[in-house]
Amino acid sequence: MKPTAHAFSANAHRALHDRTLQQALAKAGVGFVDKRRAAIDSLPEFQALREAGKRIKDHTLANLDHYLLRFEQQVMASGGSVHWAESPEQACAAVLDICKQANAKMVAKGKSMVGEEIAINDALESAGFEVVETDLGEYIIQIAHEPPSHIIAPAVHKTRGQIAELFEKLHHQSGLTRPLQTVPQIVDEARQVLREKFLAADVGITGANFLIAETGSTVIVTNEGNGDLSATLPRMHIVLASIEKVVPTLEDTSVLLRLLARSATGQEITSYTTFFTGPRRADDPDGPEQFHVVLVDNGRSRMLGGDYHEMLRCIRCGACLNHCPVYSAVGGHAYGWVYPGPMGAVLTPLMVGLQEGRPLPNASTLCGRCEEVCPMSIPLPKLLREHRRQEFAQRLTPPRARWALAAWAFFARRPELYRQATRIVIKLLNLLAGGKGRFRSLLFAQAWTAARDLPAPQGDTFMAQWKQGKRS
Amino acid sequence: MRVALFVTCLVDLFRPSAGFAAVKLLERLGAEVLVPPAQTCCGQPAYNSGDFNTARELARPLIDALAFYDHVVVPSGSCAGMLITHYPELFKAEPLWQAKAETLAARTRELSAFLAEHGGDDFIDASFAGKVAMHDACSARRELGVLAQPRALLDKVSGLERVELKDAEACCGFGGTFCVKYPDISGRMVSDKAEAVAASGADLLVSGDIGCLMNIAGRLKRMGSPVRVYHLAEVLAGMTEAPAIGEPDKP
Repeated sequence: MKPTAHAFSANAHRALHDRTLQQALAKAGVGFVDKRRAAIDSLPEFQALREAGKRIKDHTLANLDHYLLRFEQQVMASGGSVHWAESPEQACAAVLDICKQANAKMVAKGKSMVGEEIAINDALESAGFEVVETDLGEYIIQIAHEPPSHIIAPAVHKTRGQIAELFEKLHHQSGLTRPLQTVPQIVDEARQVLREKFLAADVGITGANFLIAETGSTVIVTNEGNGDLSATLPRMHIVLASIEKVVPTLEDTSVLLRLLARSATGQEITSYTTFFTGPRRADDPDGPEQFHVVLVDNGRSRMLGGDYHEMLRCIRCGACLNHCPVYSAVGGHAYGWVYPGPMGAVLTPLMVGLQEGRPLPNASTLCGRCEEVCPMSIPLPKLLREHRRQEFAQRLTPPRARWALAAWAFFARRPELYRQATRIVIKLLNLLAGGKGRFRSLLFAQAWTAARDLPAPQGDTFMAQWKQGKRS
Repeated sequence: MRVALFVTCLVDLFRPSAGFAAVKLLERLGAEVLVPPAQTCCGQPAYNSGDFNTARELARPLIDALAFYDHVVVPSGSCAGMLITHYPELFKAEPLWQAKAETLAARTRELSAFLAEHGGDDFIDASFAGKVAMHDACSARRELGVLAQPRALLDKVSGLERVELKDAEACCGFGGTFCVKYPDISGRMVSDKAEAVAASGADLLVSGDIGCLMNIAGRLKRMGSPVRVYHLAEVLAGMTEAPAIGEPDKP
């Protein structure tokens, strides 16, 4: 996916004026927030669980090499294989090789954000494979030819009406002409179409929420069961996972699962939580003949031990998106790449470069609600500010902002001069306001006055009045 | 008890009456209030723009200027958060300055937190007949955990009925330079906040931060809303006779 993060302002402007999008966002946002709150309020030990989860992740990241190797060993012991990929290209090549060796034609895919990150669908389609997304949200955006706009609800930007329209257009060609007025009707139709694809697919690709070093298992959580069908019906199962998904034990996984479901959808547990360990055994009634795990680095090992280390704790629950006032206003597409919201504003510049991703860390009031709801206590505002620091150090900050900052700092460093200069400006502004108490518009302040009046200063500065002996 | 008032840029320039209200309240607690003349700005605009060097250049003289008082009080959650939370972080590579920053942080309080900590039952002598909504600056709420204190103080004002805003945890969209860098998004956020204020039935909106208040007051005025906007200190000090933020000098 070609990033458009550099055009965030224009993207955001468009999104704010897209009425259908605004309807969809308004409907989704409140639901996520209320459900999460209810789930957490009914679990008194949530904070303790959160601390335990953070400890597990910190420990694993400090010993990541050990746990990854242990995981590889256990996957092999259970009859599967592990493919290490440093770059998106290597990861795609590994998947293509496996598919070619299997003489596959059709690939059924469960939802995978790392799949989006490495653009696996493009790679498969260019190589002549048919790819079908089987998560309902992913299926919708696949047929709409759009990227996901949310990491757990990829089609959250679409309204029911838009989805019905998409289905009617596509499915009518294959003879489905039932009415699509209600959500169950839409879901039923998707189920009917996708069921055939599951049966026809040669390869199933899923992501992984966790990789368990102790057992060599991969774990996915879904609410549709599509991941299970993608993994068990085709001849082969390929798991795409990034390296920070590994956790030491089953016990650790259970802690993180409890945090994930509640933070993501407000559920105590998702409808399906599935552990995959190796290919089908001799006495198994079903399952794939081969089990492959492709481990993707794509810059993560560079984050280890560095300024953005803590971002590697992320379990992709999406709570930071759901509680972000900027994400809620503009939706995920405005962010211009795979990961939106606060976690995306940290990750995108690291993965596509700070030059391209520059606006994202700036498009935040640093209100801190993301950090507050993050089940892994990732200090997202601090990491956003760190990007701004790097940006300033690399002189990527726009010249106008640099000059304004330098001019202001020149005065702020000189208290006497600052007093005199600010006093002149304040008195001038007060004069200009003409007793009205506010400006409806003001030269150099159009950005402010576009949406709101600018309150005028009261007349003289506090410091000047205090110096003159005024005390109340 | 010698208390240094760190006035903050926005109170100094736009709302001196909030500063005088803070002085009045602190004096009612029996404090000797001093205003160190070397203060300008805490450096937060530079810090949040990624210019940590300039932020440090501004922080050092302020740390020194505020060093010799029993307490430092700040009528802003945002600027208090800068001194309390971010100064020690900013100097993590300079042990001497970090130690000084930590000493300052330990003595510094946001105004309402200080008043709630040190004030008895009778130091507030104000009345207001009407409904008042409290907006919490994100920094006050989340960085400093200042949430209960301003409400407890408002409840001591006679005749005052406190109301809560819907979606009170949401940011108002000010965000320092954010409001002019991303005016569309900021405009949308403040518009949501102003709608919540209007829907609350409040006659008055207060907050501990002038940044949020100028933003929300500006939007309320643009909407033609009659809700009047004051700094929390002004209401606690009984100074609601003066024109509210954004109101004409003479009614």
